[in-house]
Amino acid sequence: MTPTTTSTGRGGARRGPGPVGALAGRTPWVLVLPAVLGMAFLLLPLAGLLIKAPWPTLPERLAEPQVLEALRLSLVTATIATLVCLLLGVPLAWLLARVAFPGRRAVRALVTVPLVLPPVVGGVALLLVLGRRGLVGQWLDATFGVTLPFTTAGVVLAEAFVAMPFLVISVEGALRAADLRLEEAAATLGASRWTIFRRVTLPLVAPGVVAGAVLCWARALGEFGATITFAGNFPGRTQTMPLAVYLALETEPEAAIVLSLLLLAVSVIILASLRDKWVTSP
Amino acid sequence: MSRRVSRWALAVPLALTLAAGLSGCGSSDQAGSTASSPGSSGAGPTTLTVFAAASLTGTFTELGKTFEAAHPGTSVKFNFGSSATLAQQITQGAPADVFAAASPATMKTVTDASLAGTPTTFVRNKLQIAVPAGNPAKVDELKDLTDPKIKVALCAAQVPCGAAAVKALDAAGLKVTPVTYEQDVKATLTKVELGEVDAALVYTTDVLAAGDKVKGIAFPEADKAINDYPIAALSKAPAAELAEQFVELVLSPQGKDVLTKAGFQAP
Amino acid sequence: MSLHAHLVVARPRFRLDIDLTVAPGQVVALLGPNGAGKTTALRALAGLTGLSGGHITLDGAPLHTLAAERRPIGMVFQDYLLFPHLSALDNVAFGPRCHGASKSDARRTAAAWLERVGLTEHARARPRQLSGGQAQRVALARALAIEPRLLLLDEPLAALDARTRLDVRAQLRRHLAAFDGATVLVTHDPLEAMVLADHLVVIENGAIVQQGTPAQVAQRPRTDYVARLVGLNLYRGIATGRQVKIEDVLLSVAEHLDGPAFVAFPPAAVALYRTRPDGTPRNLWQARIEGIERHGDNVRIHLEGPITASADITPAAVAELDLTPGQRIWAAVKATETHAYPA
Repeated sequence: MTPTTTSTGRGGARRGPGPVGALAGRTPWVLVLPAVLGMAFLLLPLAGLLIKAPWPTLPERLAEPQVLEALRLSLVTATIATLVCLLLGVPLAWLLARVAFPGRRAVRALVTVPLVLPPVVGGVALLLVLGRRGLVGQWLDATFGVTLPFTTAGVVLAEAFVAMPFLVISVEGALRAADLRLEEAAATLGASRWTIFRRVTLPLVAPGVVAGAVLCWARALGEFGATITFAGNFPGRTQTMPLAVYLALETEPEAAIVLSLLLLAVSVIILASLRDKWVTSP
Repeated sequence: MSRRVSRWALAVPLALTLAAGLSGCGSSDQAGSTASSPGSSGAGPTTLTVFAAASLTGTFTELGKTFEAAHPGTSVKFNFGSSATLAQQITQGAPADVFAAASPATMKTVTDASLAGTPTTFVRNKLQIAVPAGNPAKVDELKDLTDPKIKVALCAAQVPCGAAAVKALDAAGLKVTPVTYEQDVKATLTKVELGEVDAALVYTTDVLAAGDKVKGIAFPEADKAINDYPIAALSKAPAAELAEQFVELVLSPQGKDVLTKAGFQAP
Repeated sequence: MSLHAHLVVARPRFRLDIDLTVAPGQVVALLGPNGAGKTTALRALAGLTGLSGGHITLDGAPLHTLAAERRPIGMVFQDYLLFPHLSALDNVAFGPRCHGASKSDARRTAAAWLERVGLTEHARARPRQLSGGQAQRVALARALAIEPRLLLLDEPLAALDARTRLDVRAQLRRHLAAFDGATVLVTHDPLEAMVLADHLVVIENGAIVQQGTPAQVAQRPRTDYVARLVGLNLYRGIATGRQVKIEDVLLSVAEHLDGPAFVAFPPAAVALYRTRPDGTPRNLWQARIEGIERHGDNVRIHLEGPITASADITPAAVAELDLTPGQRIWAAVKATETHAYPA
């Protein structure tokens, strides 16, 4: 699912389709065997879902309004969360990759904290800051009358919190790999730093940004722990698909399978079409 | 060369299996505790595996220590979790010896599958209104929760505390729209502890366990939604004898003492 | 449009300190071995490397106080650094766009420049679809399209193969002749410098060791590096009348001078003999053959001895003399073929 970032346009592509012709011949099974095992490891649980799915009752289960509501909410919040991540994450990645400031290494490590933090803990942390009695939340409530927990905006925040590191890491990697001298060349042509970023840097790292956004979106779509902790669970407002799946598991495992399959199908379709459109074309 | 390769070929699937096992127990601490393999052949098993509802975490851990002290050489392993999840694991063949559920319904899944004998109700748990310390929204009775200005958290109807809340509210003829249906009682309580909600319906035991941060308010309608906790030794228990003894301990006056101290009521 | 610069760039293990003056329309080549500081000097002029000291003035106005994007410069980089995501046309239009031209105006300017460098039909091509020579021309057009007052070229032909280089060099020469601003060219290729530049500045270890017109530099090298570049044997000694003493060797020369002096002569002026020759008075010394290699149509013999020298002789002569490395041999140079000048 994860699109690989190909170095389109920076000389890598000049060498033609790849070294396949030169190295044709023996396939190293030392690589193929674990590759096949890896594939099986990733795909078998999926097969399990498909086999155990209650196919006869599938249509009526899918037609339940709560299901579609949860799906819609999931897609909307994951997409907005991805936009938020792009808006904040790309500049952050740029800062980390291009601007030397004291404590940059520490910041770089801290930015990835949501990756290792159990999402539920992330949710609690969000509550402590943005909750009704949180450090910032208190002020938001008092000044604007805004409380974020238990709102759709809260879902977006929780998803963005958990998913942003994927984007930042991907974009920062692309920025570090991009040729800095192209930015210098742009400077000699009279481009300001903002113009350089917009017209040179960003197009150069576009594959990395797309890859990061896709990862980010996928992570946001599957987000459970931080969402249920920070935003709670209320149908139509904060109950995304993963939450619906979790609660369905309590009483109706079959319904949970149906919901999981639906989420999977939708995300695979969206990611596959995105991949064709953005990632494989130069 | 070929020898090295074949060693790698063995190592890789092994690593995968390990990784799969680790990721399995990371999520809810279940796979690890199922390792109640028979110990030495003559003396019988020395490990007792108990699957118990999350609300029993404190009390059962204490009883487990008592049990280990009374049966030197044995060790008691617990798998605490949502009763529904535990019931599912048991029906999927998890090698548990004892199952203590937070609702008769979840126990029923296990007995229906003929995996346990007749269960015994060992405690009952009653709902309380939990409010943050200081009770900022001045909640006094169940009716206050219908006020739209008051933020309420309920357990989701799929989990026992949620089912009980529905029953109590129905009995009182009240309609409460919460801001959230939480996935379990601990999560519900967390929202109260952090002050994110003004009130929640949770079990008396959970209010007690939360200490000073949460205040419990008893309400009469709670009597209409009392939760029975059934316990049973499982019919396929690897350590059948120990299982019976543990159930006896829970039902004994000593067990009752530990449980009531935590807020449970005798059946 | 004249450039006056005193460039000082101090680094932990390197210091560049040079004075540079370029008149309008003049092309100055910075020539020097790798690591001499040529590119650093160019980057300092462009504003890509900060000055530790000194100043840059262009037409009397300070340049070093401006950020790179504010300087009226055009720069052609060694590997061109065309933007891979933009067409040739948009690469050239990039500069005018940054200088405030509208999109259509910028494209019109760019199209005119592409026509001037003969690439109109490649306007829509992406850089990776262009040949090396075409990319070089796009890079030049891109640099000139902003109508700079100072043009900077960093090894503009180094990335091209030998055949293309000749063509592109000729074209570059034409474009430089048409450019009325100051041009600074960095190269390590003496031929490139001589063909393209009006004035050579030779830099070694961050300092200027020699400068002058190409002819002056070629005739009177002042360092071993320059001598090697222009293919001369070069010695430094003390002159008395028509003789120059170089360490233990006394060379007779054509010019009359006194004091510290250089003596230079081409390798082709060196004659080799198996036995000591008799007859006309020559500069004669015994040497040992260190190496033999092909050099164009001839063979170059490296000689060790009281003075180190190279000799160019024909392959036939090599066979006739039966030369092998390590062999001892007599070397001679006529005084009339040497050139002596004050050091």
